[in-house]
Amino acid sequence: MSRTRTTWRTSRTAGLAALAATGALILAGCSGSDAKDETSTSGGGTDRGPITFAVGKDTSGALQKQVDAWNAAHPSEKVTLNELPAAADAQLQQLQQNGQVKSSAFSVLGLDVTWTAAFAANRWIDPIPASTSTSGLLPAAVESAKYRGTLYSVPWQTNGGLLFYRSDLLTAAGIKTPPTTWREMQADCAKIKAQPQAKKASCYAGQFDKYEGLVVNFSEAVQSSGGHVFDANGKPTVDTPQAKTALTWMADAFKDGTIPHEDLTYQEENGRQAFQSGKVIFMRNWPYVWDLANKTDGSSKVTGKFDVAPLPGLDSTGSSTLGGYNLAVSSFTKHKTTARDFITYLTSDRSERANLLAASTAPTRTALYQDPALQKKFPYLAGLKKSLDTAVARPQAVRYGDVSAAIQDAVYPALSGRTDPATALASLQDKLTQLTSQP
Amino acid sequence: MNGRAGRVPSPRVRPVVSSRLIARKTEPFMTTSAPAAAPPHAKPAPKSRIRRAHRGEGRLAALLLSPTLLVLALVIGYPLVSALRGSLYQRGEGLDANGFVISGEHFVGLRNYTDAFTGANGSRFWNAFGNTTFFTITTVVLETVIGLAMALIMHHALRGRALLRASILVPWAVPTAVSGLLWRWVFDANGIANNLLGQQILWSADGWPAKWAVVIADTWKTAPFIGLLTLAGLQLIPAELHEAARVDGANAWIRFRKITLPLIKPALLVAVLFRLLDVLRMFDLPYLLVGNQKYSVQTLSVLAFNEANNLHYGPAAAYATLLFLYVVIVAYAFVKILGADLLAGARTRTPARRRRSATRPLAGRGTPA
Repeated sequence: MSRTRTTWRTSRTAGLAALAATGALILAGCSGSDAKDETSTSGGGTDRGPITFAVGKDTSGALQKQVDAWNAAHPSEKVTLNELPAAADAQLQQLQQNGQVKSSAFSVLGLDVTWTAAFAANRWIDPIPASTSTSGLLPAAVESAKYRGTLYSVPWQTNGGLLFYRSDLLTAAGIKTPPTTWREMQADCAKIKAQPQAKKASCYAGQFDKYEGLVVNFSEAVQSSGGHVFDANGKPTVDTPQAKTALTWMADAFKDGTIPHEDLTYQEENGRQAFQSGKVIFMRNWPYVWDLANKTDGSSKVTGKFDVAPLPGLDSTGSSTLGGYNLAVSSFTKHKTTARDFITYLTSDRSERANLLAASTAPTRTALYQDPALQKKFPYLAGLKKSLDTAVARPQAVRYGDVSAAIQDAVYPALSGRTDPATALASLQDKLTQLTSQP
Repeated sequence: MNGRAGRVPSPRVRPVVSSRLIARKTEPFMTTSAPAAAPPHAKPAPKSRIRRAHRGEGRLAALLLSPTLLVLALVIGYPLVSALRGSLYQRGEGLDANGFVISGEHFVGLRNYTDAFTGANGSRFWNAFGNTTFFTITTVVLETVIGLAMALIMHHALRGRALLRASILVPWAVPTAVSGLLWRWVFDANGIANNLLGQQILWSADGWPAKWAVVIADTWKTAPFIGLLTLAGLQLIPAELHEAARVDGANAWIRFRKITLPLIKPALLVAVLFRLLDVLRMFDLPYLLVGNQKYSVQTLSVLAFNEANNLHYGPAAAYATLLFLYVVIVAYAFVKILGADLLAGARTRTPARRRRSATRPLAGRGTPA
């Protein structure tokens, strides 16, 4: 009997010990992070020190090299590169969550051009000091980095839409210059398709799947017919005649086959593949296509047979929507001076040149577009600069996710012929007014 | 030794006949005779000591389980309560004069729920609810029929059995995200599916083709799961039953209806229940294969994800809570209506197990039969 009791007591003690250990572990887990945070606050006493840089996947490895160079020069202000997922919505989710809980985990944030407003309005990022010069940076890119007139981030990488066209087919059809208007483009298509070798090709491809790319393509069409999705005061203006002309052109192009029906499922990559296999004469896409469609390993059938031009418009050359990334300082980081210095370093002429050379990311420094050596290596730079000069940033809406979804909801059914453009735009105007008004 | 085995089926024999149906039949017989199963040559034990040992064991068990329960409370209980709380609040969305979001969340009572049912978000919620239900019914029916067929083929195949099983299991082994991208490629406007059909169906555009694309991809992926669980049930059916039925003149169809189906029912029900719970939460396939903005495939999970991504945490939590309730109701109804055996089996078995464990300390000194 006594033996049973001893065994029981031992096991009870063991059980209690296990319980206590679990509790201690949990407590330790909780307090561990706190302790870490405190040391980083007290460490140094200035706002210089180690920081982290959160940005989408560094696919080329160029970024890590630049970070390494910075770290070698600044041993006490080391930067840790924190790679976020490659998909933009997954990046946004992580950055938002960190802002929501006021986490100091990320110091410098790589923000897509459409996110600045939301991050600024939620006070997740600090304004950039007024002393920071923006001269030498693309004006449209600087505009995308502002919220209500205040600079909240620094343009780092940019992107503009280009019209890729089959120069060989144009020459064969006796067309000397690429089209500058939609009507010219359609007329060129008719001439080209009259030739036997291009009979089966379709005229135009863009990004018309129901996702963010559709917002880009719709905004470009509206801008290219002289309208705006939002006016200078942030009020939606999609019920204007210009916007109606734009959407009607898009819907009609689907109806008459200028844009093939399957384009309703096209994102950037689908369009690129169709263009590379010679199925499309004109395509709206980003500069990254240049290198891939010029590959000589047999993956592209149009190597050396295409060129780029600014996007066409209603009456004259059209206007592109701006893409790219801006850099901002988190409101919750301890070492803000280091963060700002690091942003200056990354957006310097040298860093942006290195980025262009290694990863073909378009720089925000205008001087680089004039560089003869770079122009030789990247023949599309001149065309891209032209596109960027007339480019317009997407709306700076605090609730950008809702705005984007509303535009997609209105435009997509109009393209597939399920609603008529005027009705779609009228209800879109109501929805956007509701989303951007101050309750 | 011989005598004992002949007289009473020892508890240890049970797992051998572990098809639930048969096990259940033997149970009453076993439980009444369990005390008699105590080995001979054992001394009588005082009753108080048994009780004390029993009580001690129970307390020790509770204590040893408590870390697990604590962890469960942390990882399951806390998020549930937190989501429930979150669904009663809304995050500030208004802007002040300088354009800053007026921060903080405010209590809105049940407004997130009433909005979901009848309010501004009504059409989106009911659309997602309808899609979730549609996918649940179509995929589970298709998967059960195809999975059952797969199990019968795997069971009967003689040559290349291992190869067949492995190949049927491949879709199940592929991560859903990967299979989503794979099927996206198949259902491309110029993809394999359209090539085979000789038409150009826009599978990933918004509309009915998108719904069927999701159903096909999901069935392809998870029918093997049902097949495998059913196969486990099939292999436990003693061959004698079929032989006896054949002797009695039953044809293949009658043998399938009267022997195979009833005996694999418990395994099949578990598989179907798992699938039901899984498909009600479907997220990755519509998201990757078609796209999260397309209403024709938006499930409740996708809707909740989209809302949370746009910082509408209150409505997102409300959708998640409603989905949770939906899953609970479906699972409960399923178990109540079809799967009564599942719980009944568990209930009758527990006392037997407890008694067995209670007698264990007496092993070696228990009363002779």
